[in-house]
Amino acid sequence: MTDHQGEFDPVSGRSTTGHEWDGIKELNTPLPRWWVITFYLTIVWAIGYWIVYPAWPLISSNTRGVLGYSSRANLAVELANLETARGEKMVALGATSLADIEKDPALLAFARARGRTVFGDNCAPCHGSGAAGAKGFPNLNDDDWLWGGTLDQIMQTIQFGARSGHAKAHEGQMLAFGKDGVLKPDEIVTVANYVRSLSGLSTGKGFDAAKGEKIFADNCVACHGDGGKGNPELGAPNLTDKIWLYGSDEATLIETISQGRAGVMPAWEGRLDPATIKAMAVYVHSLGGGK
Amino acid sequence: MNKAVNPNELTSDDDYGPLYAARKKVYPQSVHGTFRRIKWGLMAFCLGVYYFLPFVRWNRGLGAPSQAVLIDLPNSRFYFFFIELWPQEVYYFTGLLIVAAVVLFLMNSVGGRIWCGYLCPQTVWTDLFYAVERFVEGDRRDRMMKDKSAGALTLRRVSEIVLKNFIWLLIAWWAGGAWVLYFSDAPTLVKQLLTFQAPMVAYIWIGILTATTFVLAGYLREQVCTYMCPWPRIQAALTDEWALNVTYRYDRGEKRTSVKKAAELRAHGEQVGDCIDCYQCVAVCPTGIDIRNGPQLECIQCGLCIDACDNVMTRIGRPKRLIGYDNDINIQRRQEGRAPIYRIVRPRTIVYSAIIAAVGGIMLYTLATRSLLDVNVLHDRNPVAVRLSDGSIRNAYTVRLLNKSGYDRVIAIDANGPVNATVHVVGIDSVTPDRPMIVIPRDSTSELRLLVTAPADGNPEKSIPVRFHVTDIGLGEVASATDNFVAP
Repeated sequence: MTDHQGEFDPVSGRSTTGHEWDGIKELNTPLPRWWVITFYLTIVWAIGYWIVYPAWPLISSNTRGVLGYSSRANLAVELANLETARGEKMVALGATSLADIEKDPALLAFARARGRTVFGDNCAPCHGSGAAGAKGFPNLNDDDWLWGGTLDQIMQTIQFGARSGHAKAHEGQMLAFGKDGVLKPDEIVTVANYVRSLSGLSTGKGFDAAKGEKIFADNCVACHGDGGKGNPELGAPNLTDKIWLYGSDEATLIETISQGRAGVMPAWEGRLDPATIKAMAVYVHSLGGGK
Repeated sequence: MNKAVNPNELTSDDDYGPLYAARKKVYPQSVHGTFRRIKWGLMAFCLGVYYFLPFVRWNRGLGAPSQAVLIDLPNSRFYFFFIELWPQEVYYFTGLLIVAAVVLFLMNSVGGRIWCGYLCPQTVWTDLFYAVERFVEGDRRDRMMKDKSAGALTLRRVSEIVLKNFIWLLIAWWAGGAWVLYFSDAPTLVKQLLTFQAPMVAYIWIGILTATTFVLAGYLREQVCTYMCPWPRIQAALTDEWALNVTYRYDRGEKRTSVKKAAELRAHGEQVGDCIDCYQCVAVCPTGIDIRNGPQLECIQCGLCIDACDNVMTRIGRPKRLIGYDNDINIQRRQEGRAPIYRIVRPRTIVYSAIIAAVGGIMLYTLATRSLLDVNVLHDRNPVAVRLSDGSIRNAYTVRLLNKSGYDRVIAIDANGPVNATVHVVGIDSVTPDRPMIVIPRDSTSELRLLVTAPADGNPEKSIPVRFHVTDIGLGEVASATDNFVAP
């Protein structure tokens, strides 16, 4: 802004711009030169930016920019790089036996980290983010395993699932003794109380232990074994311990015996690659400290 | 409409002037004297430390960096001579920042803006750039004349400008170069830089710092102090009435008059001041102000006007320090005929010194006693506790062991808390029951999953503290951490 010819503000002695509003005049106080230059440079920079990078929205797309920059493409590259970086460890996972992975601290740490991520994406909806489980969905942190808790058994369960429809899936289910008319309601109450007594829980008034034992021997031993110790081959739970997948109160047990149970664990073979399934097995195994 | 008035006829009050005045180029004149020598010395010291520190070696043994001062970002370690800091120890920097701030306060309460005048990088590099300019283009008078006849670009003038900017660029480039050397092994990086093998980020940083040094010290100069830097505002607020500031002793200087006239008037027994209005103090000022107008924001208190005035006073046979480090109290006292008093030990300086001593002491103590073995424990939150098939309770923990030493350690882990608890580390078949052992390589961390199992009976219902001890089997060094054992 140039000085307005010969006009000065009498109070400050400075030149004015000659602009006047209701008798108030504007002093000529220019911005610092470097400030103005910086401001113009940012404009030049912005124009350069429009040309170089994607910038202007068009009707159905946007200007592409001369660099061909794309954050989506960059992400793809980064993901590919990540896979490459992981590649070595993933190959090592695939090549190392399950038992040896746990003996190699570095590989164990990697398998746990990988397993934890994949668990969060795939398993947490049923088993919970920390694998604490819920009613009908086993807690994977304890030492009770329906289908066996060794590394190999865990891996097999993850790979093929249970009642998943996969040819190699675990099969076997809790029959619906009430619904199918095998046991009468009073027999179900009796055997439910008997099952509670197996793990040291209190029984109802007038409970006939001998009758319960007989009903159990006739109907349940085939799967749950003598004394109710369970059978991992059939996924039949141990009824003498403190862990109950669906609950241990009388009402729940009566429901279980009457209606049966057949929870489904999906098969992950084909959905996750073999090395990842291995990592999952190691992670799940390490949650409960392994068997 | 106002009548046009000649600005020279007007008296303006600076307090109501505009916030920005168009830049008047400053041509500081060279000067010799005490403060100039102090400035040269401090400049040599500061730049010497900055430019050469990365090349100082420090033997830390095999496999560890042998650079005395190194910020190792990829491995997140900070090395400072015998000190090695890990990321979780950045609180030492907090301590350092507190000490640095209070040292600034202390300097301020003793001698005003010592930082601005002598130590600030902007001052130091600008001063160096001025020296270069003076060397190439000549002193104040020459430079003013050359700029006035800017239209006449002779070959000599052009080559001067090119030479000056070239030397400036070299200095600025080295300033950027030295910066990156703090982040990597200096000799290796120098070699890489010269053969164009260095990482891109190194070149980028050198470029950025070269540009900022060149522009800020070469062209923006006093504008940085006056308009960009917030520190003058803060420093002005920190200065109290006892702080020594570069001060024109107007009680002694006024009334100003020429040497000859002063001698005449003195012969008649009249009172005249020592200031002869020679403008030497203004000519040498790097911010282009007149110190005789009293304390002002632009004054960085570098003391060069003191040198200039002292030289003049010596020449005209008057006592030195018409301009000197002084405070308003003393000017007042002298006018009243009382002796000046200087008080460096005051409540304010005592408090600042005490804070510096306290924070410094705490830092030294923690540095001296900090452990090279450490353990962090994180309780599993989901689930917090697990009931096992036999009714016992298990809690899981993520345990991070830190071996900050330069040797591998064999570590045993104990957990004291629940009665009859057993400890198991995933992936380790313990030889000693309930006391897992593990090797942690030097200068590294290990993350373990630790399971503590307690029988259902004999333990309280809710939550009891559990203490983890990690013991170096060889040296007996112990570190511990406390967490809780929770029942479901």
